[in-house]
Parts: sequence; structure tokens; C-alpha cells
Amino acid sequence: QSRLGFCRSSPGCLSLALLCRGGAELLFDGVKKHQVTLPGQEEPWVIRDLLVWIKKNLLKERPELFIQGDSVRPGILVLINDADWELLGELDYQLQDQDSILFISTLHGG
Amino acid sequence: MPQPWLPLPVSGQNLCQDAAFKDGIWDCFRAFYVHKFRAVLGKNRLIFPGEKVLLAWSGGPSSSSMVWQVLEGLSQDSAKRLRFVPGVVYVDEGAACGRSREDRAKTLTDVRQILQTLGFPWHIVTLEEVFALPPSVLRCSAQDPVGTVGTYKVAVDSFLQQQRTLAAEGLRGSPSSAQGEEQPSQPCTQDSQDPVGPPPAAQTEALSQLFNSVKTLTAKEELLQTLRTHLILHVARTHGYSKVMTGDSCTRLAIKLMTCLALGRGAFLAWDTGFSDERHGDVVVVRPMREHTLKEVAFYNRLFAVPSVFTPAVDTKASEKASIHRLMEGFLLRLQAQFPSTVSTVYRTSEKLVKAPRDGCAAGPRCLLCMCSLDVDSADSATAFGAQTQDFSQTPPPTPRAKAGAPAGPCCAAGLGGAPNCWQGTRPCGREGSRARVLEHLCYACRVTMKDVPCLDPLPPYILVEAQLRSQRPSAEIQEHLVENSDDEAPASGSGARGPPEQEGKEARAARDCINKNFFN
Repeated sequence: QSRLGFCRSSPGCLSLALLCRGGAELLFDGVKKHQVTLPGQEEPWVIRDLLVWIKKNLLKERPELFIQGDSVRPGILVLINDADWELLGELDYQLQDQDSILFISTLHGG
Repeated sequence: MPQPWLPLPVSGQNLCQDAAFKDGIWDCFRAFYVHKFRAVLGKNRLIFPGEKVLLAWSGGPSSSSMVWQVLEGLSQDSAKRLRFVPGVVYVDEGAACGRSREDRAKTLTDVRQILQTLGFPWHIVTLEEVFALPPSVLRCSAQDPVGTVGTYKVAVDSFLQQQRTLAAEGLRGSPSSAQGEEQPSQPCTQDSQDPVGPPPAAQTEALSQLFNSVKTLTAKEELLQTLRTHLILHVARTHGYSKVMTGDSCTRLAIKLMTCLALGRGAFLAWDTGFSDERHGDVVVVRPMREHTLKEVAFYNRLFAVPSVFTPAVDTKASEKASIHRLMEGFLLRLQAQFPSTVSTVYRTSEKLVKAPRDGCAAGPRCLLCMCSLDVDSADSATAFGAQTQDFSQTPPPTPRAKAGAPAGPCCAAGLGGAPNCWQGTRPCGREGSRARVLEHLCYACRVTMKDVPCLDPLPPYILVEAQLRSQRPSAEIQEHLVENSDDEAPASGSGARGPPEQEGKEARAARDCINKNFFN
């Protein structure tokens, strides 16, 4: 996918795909994929802001099972465009248009 | 051969970011992942060529990855091919989790779809089948000790020799079968086992009541694990599998180690977390995924599209402090986030645990439920623990719940005499004797678990029957007494004539009274 694509609705806004796997989807009413559009803001969007936004707008229940403090609960992996977020700066990664963020819960046994 | 890491003329952060998109990196990861799996199996040399191995698949990521590894391992070219004969078992635990019939049926459809693509024989069992288990599942079968390295090597060499002979014959026989049939005849899926319809509603109800009556999530998880283990063991024995593989990952085992310590299972850590667990005798449980962390498993499954089925369990959406298991998980994972060597350190500790030498599985009494050696002296009531375990048979009964007409209503812990309020409904609660009779055969940790199960009658019959059988078996002391009596009966003259009838009767009576006094009071 092109990483230089624009979001067309307004300047500075971001169009993202949020995916949930491994049981994390239970906290989002079972929905595994969310296509979201973040409004433009002064500071560039980083993951930290995205988590706050998710907690406010998408999490249907039990926020403490997904977010702890300002990060995700330990045991939930975050992949940004299929790369480990630890390699990309974790909470400080600057989101870009058309990014795909995947949350995999490893907490559910297997 | 994975491609070498190409250096890129960009800043440190972007190096990894761009390299992540290069196939070479993922090839390397995949090679390492697969290598770890094969190395764990090869290092331990417990799985002999041609052996039947049952893969315990829960649908979750780790066991799915394990099944996938086996599938890929079997399809490789002959030199590196895995040599055992696998089957897969899936246990539907929906009744214990309170899932509806429709949800369970839907999950089973997804499960079947995946199982059908594997090509191994598969067995779908429901947890309700524990009500049909025989008491013999709780007995350890005597088994020859696991072969030494020498035996393993001999077995492998002879297997390879056999394959070469077959291949050669194949070549001579017909020109078309150029490679020869290197595998034993394809395991046919006609061996597969699949319940025709949903389990009887009465059993589902009974199971669900049993789990609802358990007071804590900790005890629920332990009980579920126990029943699941027995069920899988039974499937393995029935279909001739001598090994069971479970998908416990490194992370899970580290959490399990700490949890077992907290639960009072410290004495059995080596069996609970080691590579192999031989407590059942004829069926050995092995853990080939123990070197893979949950993070590696998740990445691998994502990148290589390993199919899995997500199933809610008893602890889904439980809060962090809901059970000891959850507490430990939260503790370790949080610590790991700050100190990335936590999990591996705990795991390495588990590798150092050595099992105490066993004389054979018959030596010493074993716990009725977890089948580890009993670590409590059941006759010792003088200790604080002894007093404690006897106490919960004397707790006052809670106020009887008014569930009129409920056939198998909740039981109360009856007072000593068997209080009249205990006979509500058609299924009376067991008296003191039956609860004590089960508890005396449990290890410390299982007793603590059962403390949170107010009435033991809803347990599946095989447990109660086996407890009864074990209680009736005379102890060694009584055996000796009986032997002495029969010696006394033989007359000293050696004529073979029996002693006077009155004397004989008296001895027999004495023995009988002794047994009665000790077991049937």
C-alpha cells in the first residue's frame, strides 16, 4: 500500500485501519476491523493519542483490559504495518495516513 | 538458506523499519522458529519413529502453531521429515464457560473446517464426556521406563533402514513410483471421531451446575484443567496414542511455574513445567513449544497465516485479580515489559528442576485428581494442616436456598449427623463420609482447590467411584494383621487339619472388626 496516500476529507486528517485479534476483539463488540478517520490536529498524531481516542470512541467495555496507564496492557502486542511497534518507537510513533495498526492479545491461552 | 541482512544507509530506527519489509528477515525468523521446534524434539529424544502422538489443540495461538509445525514437518523431504504419526484432539469446553448451544456449534464448524485441511485423524470431544469416563483413567498404568539414548538411536536407525528397503523395493517394483512410499500408509481420517449431535442436555446442565457451584475462579480453572487432562488421557489411551503434545509456550510455562508455586504445587513443578510429564505411566505429555515466547508465536501466526479459532474460556474478560492465574500472568507480563529477561529467567529456572528418582509409578499412593505422589500424610491429624482439612467437613451449613423443584439443587455442607435440610430435592447432598473419602486421596494443592467446591457430589462419577474404591482397599497395616491371623490359624503340627472352629471364628471376627472400625465408622 502507498504510504504517501492522502486522506481526502480534510487537511491533516488520517485514515487508519485498526485490527484486533486473539481475543482483543471481544472488547470491541466482536468487531475485528475498524476503518477510522482521525481529524486533523495541531500536533501530529502519535500512538499515545490514538490509544486515548480508542478508549473514548471504540472500546465498548472493560477499558482496563486493553489499556493500562497510557499504554496497552502488557500481553497485548501492537503491530504497525506488520512490524513490531517496539522497533518504531512504541507510543511515540507518528501515525501516517493509510497505516494499519494491529492489536493481538496473547493473553488468551492456547 | 535465508538471505543475509543487507545494511542500509539510513538512520538506526529506519533500518529496522525498512528491513522488516524485506523477505529475508522473515525467512530468517521462520527458519529460527522452525529450528527451535525441531531442536526441542530432537534434543529430548523421547518421540520414537512411527509413534502415535496426539496433539492437544485448543484453537488458541500456541497450540495452532504447534499443529502447523507438525503439519509442515511431516511434509518436508525425507531427510528432515518428522517421523511420528500424529492425531489431533479438540475439547469443547463450552459447558464449563456457560456458552450457548448455538455459539458452541458455530465454533465447532470453524474447528472442523480447519481439522479437515490437516489430513490427520482428529477427535472432537466435549467436556460432557467426563461423565462417561471409567475410573481406570485415574490409575497410573505401569510402563517400561523411557528408553535411553542408545535405544532411541537404535530405533531411528532401524526405522531408516526400513524406509530405505521399502524405497528400494518400490523402485524395483514399478517404474512409476519413483520415490517409493516413504511414509507409512496415510493415516486415514476414517479414524476420526466427531460427536454426531450436541451432548445430552442433562450432562451439559450437570457440568454447568458443577462449575457454577465452584466459589472461586482459581478453583474453577484448576478443576477445568484436571477434567480436561483426564479426558485427553482417555482419548489417547483409547486410540493407542503413547504421547500427547501440548502447546504450552515459554511465557505460559513461566506463568504456570509461578502459579503452581502459589497454589501449593511446588513439589510437582518439574512435571508441571518440564518438557516431559510421565506421571500417567503409559501416556507421556510433552511440551514442544516450550522454547517459543508468546510474542514469537503471535508474530509467526500472523505472518504465515496459521489458522486458529478463538474460543472464550472461563477466564475471558476476568479482571486481573480474579484468580491466582490471572494475578501471576499480570505480574509477570508487567515485569517483563520493564525487564525483558524476566520470562526467560523464570523459564530457565524451570529447566533446572530435576525430578526425584521414581521407582516406578506404583510406588506410593498418588493424588486422585492430579496423579502426582501424595505429599500429605492422610492419617496425620495432629498437624495444623491436618486439623484444617478436617475442619471443612464441620462448617455449619449455609441457609438452605429456596430452589423449590430443582432436581439437582445446590447442596449444603451438612452437619455431622446429616441434617434434614440436606435432603431437599431428589438428589441429597453427600454426607461427611463421602467428602472426607475423596479428600483423603488428594494432594495438598487439590485439597485446597476442593475447599472452594462446596459439595463434591456433582463431580463426575468416575472420581467418586475411584475414591470409594481406594478407601475400601485395606492399608498395608491391615494387610499385615490379616496375614498374621491366617498364620495363627495354621496348626503347628503341620497335619493340615484346621484349628478348632471357635478359635478360627474368633480370628476372622477380629480381622473383620478391625476393618470395620477403620473404614466404616
